[in-house]
Amino acid sequence: MSLDRTEVEKIAHLARLQINDADIPAYAQNLSNILALVDQMQALDTQAIEPMANPHDATQRLRADRVTETDQREQLQAGAPAVENGLFLVPKVIE
Amino acid sequence: MHTKTLAELSRGLAAGDFSSTELTQSYLTRIQTLDSQFNSFITVTADTALAQAAAADQRRAAGDADPLSGIPLAHKDIFCTRGVRTSCGSKMLDNFVAPYDATVIEKFNAAGAVSLGKTNMDEFAMGSSNESSFYGAVRNPWNRDCVPGGSSGGSAAAIAARLAPGATGTDTGGSIRQPAALCGITGIKPTYGRVSRYGMIAFASSLDQGGPMARTAEDCALLLNCMAGFDPKDSTSIERAVPDYSATLNDNLDGLKIGLPKEYFSDAVDPRIATAVQAAIKELEALGATIKEISLPNTQLCIPAYYVLAPAEASSNLSRFDGVRYGYRCANPVDLEDLYKRSRGEGFGAEVKRRILIGAYALSAGYYDAYYLKAQKIRRLIQQEFVSALNEVDIIMGPTTPHPAFRIGEKSNDPVAMYLEDIFTLSVNLAGLPGLSTPVGFAGGLPVGLQMIGNYWSEARLLNVAHRLQQATDWHQQSPATI
Repeated sequence: MSLDRTEVEKIAHLARLQINDADIPAYAQNLSNILALVDQMQALDTQAIEPMANPHDATQRLRADRVTETDQREQLQAGAPAVENGLFLVPKVIE
Repeated sequence: MHTKTLAELSRGLAAGDFSSTELTQSYLTRIQTLDSQFNSFITVTADTALAQAAAADQRRAAGDADPLSGIPLAHKDIFCTRGVRTSCGSKMLDNFVAPYDATVIEKFNAAGAVSLGKTNMDEFAMGSSNESSFYGAVRNPWNRDCVPGGSSGGSAAAIAARLAPGATGTDTGGSIRQPAALCGITGIKPTYGRVSRYGMIAFASSLDQGGPMARTAEDCALLLNCMAGFDPKDSTSIERAVPDYSATLNDNLDGLKIGLPKEYFSDAVDPRIATAVQAAIKELEALGATIKEISLPNTQLCIPAYYVLAPAEASSNLSRFDGVRYGYRCANPVDLEDLYKRSRGEGFGAEVKRRILIGAYALSAGYYDAYYLKAQKIRRLIQQEFVSALNEVDIIMGPTTPHPAFRIGEKSNDPVAMYLEDIFTLSVNLAGLPGLSTPVGFAGGLPVGLQMIGNYWSEARLLNVAHRLQQATDWHQQSPATI
């Protein structure tokens, strides 16, 4: 499976990753090589096999719906790039 | 003092041969003098270390000391340490000071251990050579032109260079075992769910596991006793009693059945590695073990399955690094999309970006079944194959890696060539089984590791077998001539 420029740009957009124009061919090549490697999987018939997401087939542990955490907002926001009134600041989203 | 093992240091502290303050200062001086040759530390926490050492000495004087009280340790920079930079080897977190301690760190603090600092690693734990770190490559103390392995390369190099008697590492596809093998030390990746992942920056959530690295199995047992245990803050942590791993180290090996998969002894393995591994297995036979040749036919498929699943999980885990709440933010973002794309594009290195892209592709509409679901099915097959084999034998053994440490730069232009070196370690993470690497010789002056894979929750047995082997050999006592 080989990836071309357009596909790399599309996945980069999905992953919200900026890739410099000049670097796209190298990424396309590397990604195509990796996909060639993983295509080896297709040789095996796995139709009857159950997928395994967790080594113990464990399911999510639940707990009682009670408040157990304390408010640490100030401490947790101490290292944030931009905060105001307890809110994280980003470039304007809504016009 | 630096020539002693962690266990010997623990006994020395208990006997009053030296204080933790002396011991800690001695390691800090060694790091300051020698680490520029290896680049194994990203952050050295000298003041805190000395304060912790003084506190440990006081506790000991008051009659209150545990085996790890006052023992200096190094922690892979993937574990959150409150008030201390936690970079994960990345520009993305170069400015990140963790506001809390990982559970593993809390446990070591409670045991009175001393933290020397944070060790270098492949960026976001993605790599097998420690070349992808934002802070530069780590050099193998056995040959500085060679890699120490990765991603826990800093921890492995620090121990090999005697800059710390023990360290923490993490292992998603081999990142404890492979650097342990390449640096001639001992390391164990526990069963998935044995050690809490709370505060351990996530790479691939169904594969990641933290574990100890040190010179000997005896040392690793002491460390694992502290690290292991159920943690309600980690929803994948398994509730199961932790045995005393030190108590059974000397159990005899009569009747131990060792399985040797023929796929682990192919022509692809450096013959010097095969020879060293076979010699070690002979030692185990002399100690009472029996050998059985087995087959794990799906071994080769662990590579494509892992290189779909791990990047897919990583693409999800790393989506939190968006320049909004912590970490690197690009300068002058024009809008939100620009903020995300440039913070991530500039903050992440090339290998991380490659894996996020592969992961996103494998999960995207139209490709999910062919890649992600397919890989999960292969994961099931690989796990079943192991479980089946472990019904017939107690421990599966083979080389940890097909080759000894390669030269820095040799494989960094060919990601796929690098991935192929992981062939013996990846499937252990896919299955969630415990795996250990122990030194068994040298190939051209570079260390060789033997890997032991046990059934779920058999860490005690793995450490026991490695300890008995270490009592009969002295590979684990070797140090690089330059140290």
